[in-house]
Amino acid sequence: MSVTDEELAEQHEAGDRLGAPSRLRVVAGRFFGSFQGRAGFALLALMFLLAFAGPFLGRWSYTDRDFTAFLAPPSADHWWGTLQTGADVYAVTLRGMRRSLVVGLLAAVVGTTLAAVVGAFAGYFAGWTDRALTWVTDLLLVLPAFLILAVMSPLFASGQWPLFVLVLALFLWMVTSKIVRGVTISLREREFVYAARFMGVRPTTVIFRHILPNMSSLLVVDATLNVSAAILTETSLSYFGFGIQPPDVSLGSLIADGTRTALYAPWTFWFCAGLLVVTVLAVNMVGDSLRDAFDPASGRGRR
Amino acid sequence: MKGYGGLRAESAGRPGTGRADRDDPAEPPGPVLEVTDLHVTFGAGAGAVRAVRGVSYAVRPGEVLGVVGESGSGKSVTSLAVMGLLPPHARVTGSVRLHGREILGADEKTLSAVRGGTISMVFQDPLSALTPVYRVGDQIAEAVRIHRRVSRRDAARRAVELLDLVGIPDAARRARAFPHEFSGGMRQRVMIAMAIANDPDVILCDEPTTALDVTVQAQVLEVLRRARRETGAAIVLITHDLGVVAGSADRVMVMYAGRPVEAGTVDDVYLRPRMPYTAGLLAAVPRLDAAERPVPIEGTPPSPAALPPGCPFEPRCPLAVPACAAAEPALEPVGSPGHLAACIRAEEIEAAGGAPLAARPPGALPAEAGAEAAAGVLPAGAGVPARTGGAFGGRAPEEPGGRAAPPPRRDREVVLAVDDLVRYYPLTKGTLLRRRIGTVRAVDGVSFDVRERETLALVGESGCGKTTTLMEILRLAGPQHGTVTVLGRDTAALGARDRMAIRRDLQVVFQDPMASLDPRMTVYDIVAEPLRTHGIRRPGPRVRELLRLVGLEPGHAARHPQDFSGGQRQRVGIARALALEPRLVVLDEPVSALDVSIRAGVLDLLTDLKARLGLSYLFVAHDLAVVRHLADRVAVMYLGVIAEIGRVERVYAAPLHPYTRALLSAVPVPDPGVERSRGHVLLEGDLPSPADPPSGCRFRTRCPLFRMLGGSERARCVDERPPLRMLGDDHAASCHFAERSGAV
Amino acid sequence: MAGFLFRRLLNYLALIAVATSLAYALAATALNPRANYEGRNPPIPPAVVDARLAELNLDDRTPLPERYLRWASGVVRGDFGRTVTGGSVNQDLGRRIGVTLRLITAGLLLGSVTGVLVGAYAAVRQYGPFDRLSTGVSFAVLAVPTVVLANILIIAAVWFNYLVGAHVLLVSGEATPGMPGGFAAQAADRLRHLVLPTLSLSLGLAAVYSRYQRNMMLDVLGADFVRTAMAKGLRRRTALVRHALRTALIPAVTYFAFTFGALLVGTTFTEKIFGWHGMGEQLVNSISANDVNTVAAISCFAALAVLAAALASDLMHAVLDPRVRMGADR
Repeated sequence: MSVTDEELAEQHEAGDRLGAPSRLRVVAGRFFGSFQGRAGFALLALMFLLAFAGPFLGRWSYTDRDFTAFLAPPSADHWWGTLQTGADVYAVTLRGMRRSLVVGLLAAVVGTTLAAVVGAFAGYFAGWTDRALTWVTDLLLVLPAFLILAVMSPLFASGQWPLFVLVLALFLWMVTSKIVRGVTISLREREFVYAARFMGVRPTTVIFRHILPNMSSLLVVDATLNVSAAILTETSLSYFGFGIQPPDVSLGSLIADGTRTALYAPWTFWFCAGLLVVTVLAVNMVGDSLRDAFDPASGRGRR
Repeated sequence: MKGYGGLRAESAGRPGTGRADRDDPAEPPGPVLEVTDLHVTFGAGAGAVRAVRGVSYAVRPGEVLGVVGESGSGKSVTSLAVMGLLPPHARVTGSVRLHGREILGADEKTLSAVRGGTISMVFQDPLSALTPVYRVGDQIAEAVRIHRRVSRRDAARRAVELLDLVGIPDAARRARAFPHEFSGGMRQRVMIAMAIANDPDVILCDEPTTALDVTVQAQVLEVLRRARRETGAAIVLITHDLGVVAGSADRVMVMYAGRPVEAGTVDDVYLRPRMPYTAGLLAAVPRLDAAERPVPIEGTPPSPAALPPGCPFEPRCPLAVPACAAAEPALEPVGSPGHLAACIRAEEIEAAGGAPLAARPPGALPAEAGAEAAAGVLPAGAGVPARTGGAFGGRAPEEPGGRAAPPPRRDREVVLAVDDLVRYYPLTKGTLLRRRIGTVRAVDGVSFDVRERETLALVGESGCGKTTTLMEILRLAGPQHGTVTVLGRDTAALGARDRMAIRRDLQVVFQDPMASLDPRMTVYDIVAEPLRTHGIRRPGPRVRELLRLVGLEPGHAARHPQDFSGGQRQRVGIARALALEPRLVVLDEPVSALDVSIRAGVLDLLTDLKARLGLSYLFVAHDLAVVRHLADRVAVMYLGVIAEIGRVERVYAAPLHPYTRALLSAVPVPDPGVERSRGHVLLEGDLPSPADPPSGCRFRTRCPLFRMLGGSERARCVDERPPLRMLGDDHAASCHFAERSGAV
Repeated sequence: MAGFLFRRLLNYLALIAVATSLAYALAATALNPRANYEGRNPPIPPAVVDARLAELNLDDRTPLPERYLRWASGVVRGDFGRTVTGGSVNQDLGRRIGVTLRLITAGLLLGSVTGVLVGAYAAVRQYGPFDRLSTGVSFAVLAVPTVVLANILIIAAVWFNYLVGAHVLLVSGEATPGMPGGFAAQAADRLRHLVLPTLSLSLGLAAVYSRYQRNMMLDVLGADFVRTAMAKGLRRRTALVRHALRTALIPAVTYFAFTFGALLVGTTFTEKIFGWHGMGEQLVNSISANDVNTVAAISCFAALAVLAAALASDLMHAVLDPRVRMGADR
């Protein structure tokens, strides 16, 4: 930080002293103050609305087959056309999106929680705890996640998708955990942590009261970005038939089907692919804007 | 120094060179740098921050102008604006003339031609100011090659010459080192070498010694003096340290809230200040040479985003009258020629012969200026001898009536005893191939004790082991070697329950009040945390009581630390430390992160609390002047051992160890007269690595006394580690020849 | 020093061994090679199937520890066993490893160099048109999964070929089999095959790197040493290239280790979709074919690759950053 910035920071600090709005309001204000934040949030909200309320608008359910229309282009009857099987593209796409969103959100939350706890314990306790946890983290980093998930795919059949979420989360946390460990090591040397230790606060309490709350911005941002990572992984697995198993559908399996007919029946590919891209884009935009909102000095650079 | 013109040759030939063509050699040279009505604004509209508001100054060749101000006063922004190095979103207006030529707003071609050539700059933090991936020699050679058409080899040779000039030993070899391999002082020398590489006419130094220890600061200031002699350049020395300016500058400009509020010769400003802020600042500095307690300035500096309409100092000024709030006073001549002050009462103060600084009585205007005021006297004239002992001058702490003086030291209980404490760290290096390359002897056999109602200060420069000692005590676990006894209990033998019980009685206040308070918690939760941890269910009443005790309002409890100023934050930290009614409080540099005007208030609070609550303090500090005003006893540490220990008055008045002597002499005193008349013991070289301390006496490699000794005596210093010898009533030093240290 | 290097390599070896063993155990439990022989017409007699499975060490009636030991003793001797079709895993993957490495190298070089340059330039011209454009494009690219991107590229290539009226871009395989002509024709043919897979692999990488490099560069732009360089009299542009970019490259190199795993996965999809016969394609195929030994061998390869990337990243870090370089201290 240059001298100028330091002085400016001090000056802003001094300005804040007059009326101190809560941190949440400041972050929310900065988040919605940026175009990217507003656009990302609006897009994401729209996607959720579509995924959860959209199916009620259509006439078809995702299990229905219209035997009078195979691979039919969009029409009043089938808004987004039909697949080769006669399934309504609108219905199956929204169904797939719902599955993808739920899987992505849950996996991200579980993964980030795991990352936070493992990283913080490894960083705080150092010594053998650290070595053991770091080794496990490295092991999972070294294991080819895609392969493991694909090998385990038979276990996810017949509606066992929560298990899929767990295994997905198991491969999402390592990089975050390494970052959390690094931040913990630097926070551990901070004076407020020493102060807590020297007044006799228990180590686990220090972690949950002082360490983790002080990296909440990192964790929130990371959880957001993990949502898109989880959605992408799920899509890729399902694309190759290793993820969500039939009769359930996901965007990945739809895209896989769609690519075969994409050239002469574009609606089978572009609707699901487009919604997937928009969803991930929205999540990434929200994540990026959150990062800026939490820490204006990062991403956007100094102003 | 031959070839394309060394520093010496060119500076000698200066008056005749083309640059000075405007000047008639018979007349005093005109200013090389003239800054007129400089304004810098960041942002726009209601949130605009006016960081600099109308700064004007001029410097002549060879002159040193000191710019003094607290953080946020705009002093650094001013110099960056002069160099044209502010970010593009800063709006700069006014005029900057270099040799009469306007450079403010000039195009990049013009600016890059003068930067580093005619005008150069030394930055505050030399670690971050040097590119980490290039060798220092190459970085200096680059500066040479930008402005001169010389070959790579010549530039490299010139870089070595420059490193030699700024006092880097073995310059040819050290030029091939990277910045991280240098100590802070050495890095700052490199910065200076780079700044003088092209024989500039003006050198702007932005807090050049702030990050350095006092003995190193003295060395760097000496190098700056040498640089001025060699180049004949004008120097603008920006600092917050009034002492540094007193000893080094010809003229001073004091800045407050983005404006100069007083300017003049060093003697005028220091001895006859006419702006109450200057007077207050001078009275607020703890002085090494005077027993008067520093007097705080009430309140905090205004936010540049929300300045009051009148004089910015008016809300804090003890001499304020209603007219002060009406309009901002201009900087106008007062008293002797060249002395300017921005105060509407400057003439009155001039007439009264000095501004007595009285605390403003609530609701009433202060008495007529010049009236006998009991509070804080201005620093007296030059040549004040070191006054020792006796009662504190100025304000006496409010002793609760009837409290008897504490019994003699030997009758009081020992609350902390440290005996032969040792702490070694493994020294590893390399991230790719990490390996142990040695042992850092951070603390190597330290013994002292603290008795009830007593303050012991551990002082020393960075790396002397004072903080490690403190951490070893606070850990409350058995040390690697030696014993730590807290309140009669050996920490090596403590069970979990006992340790918890002792934690109640042993509390700590850290250096950086921002870092030591969890930014996510409210003040209430912060102060209540120790209470809750030790099983107190409803801490509310106690928290309110504590906040009042440290001078905060209970209404502050719902706020977060970042809503407070530095001084207030430190008060929160003190309140937290006192929550469990401890008997021993460890203070780790409690005021060094605070601005001068605020520092004195926190020191007052600590002194007051100690008297009222019967506390004992273990106080770690690097600032010897602060120690003098807070401690009863002092232990001077050097490279993990205690060099000298004893009562403060005795150690300061008659230091026995050559290191103590050098340390005391390196502390600049904010009094130009004293600074001029004082002899300085300049230590040579850097602190040796604690991983490889010298044999025998650890100080011998830098010891001025050692150099005066004969061969056999020297052998003793080399071979035999000097024990801490008792050399007087409660005064001990670890020097074989302490009796002779007066000769230095 | 040698001891530390030794410990580190030992740790790597342990990680690879445990990861490969875990993958083997998982694959041997979850995959069912017997299914390959079911539903055949005419049905294969169970005894034959058993004999065949036992020969390949895939018999699910043999206890897992026993199969593991037999497999592990082979691996220790450098033999990863047989594929489900009876071929040698070593030979099969040995052929494929080159294909994968060619693809990864091309994608990695193109992706990281483009990304770093784009990111650095965007940071220097922060909020300029290029910055906005590159930010927008990288956001869009990051939102497109490789599987979708690869298919979009194929669709676009088909369109392009149709428009041009010739098969300029080839969407399947690494080279046209039995391609006549000399070296130049061969090279051109390979290049036409290489374009799309490389793009599919490197676009995402370039997007990640450009974002990352932009942030690193912005951090460094405000650094004191860049200000020092300008105070010395360097023009802004020179100061940025000579001092800022050089320093901002260091974290990008460290980042390399983290992205390498994702790169491997991306290679898998790319190979599979573009019909390159590399390790990635075989990974997808082997799971579908219940080929336990191949799955384990590929896991071993992936683990090795990730650790090699980590080591390479550390080495490059040491080369670029004197602060961690060995023996820099005199």
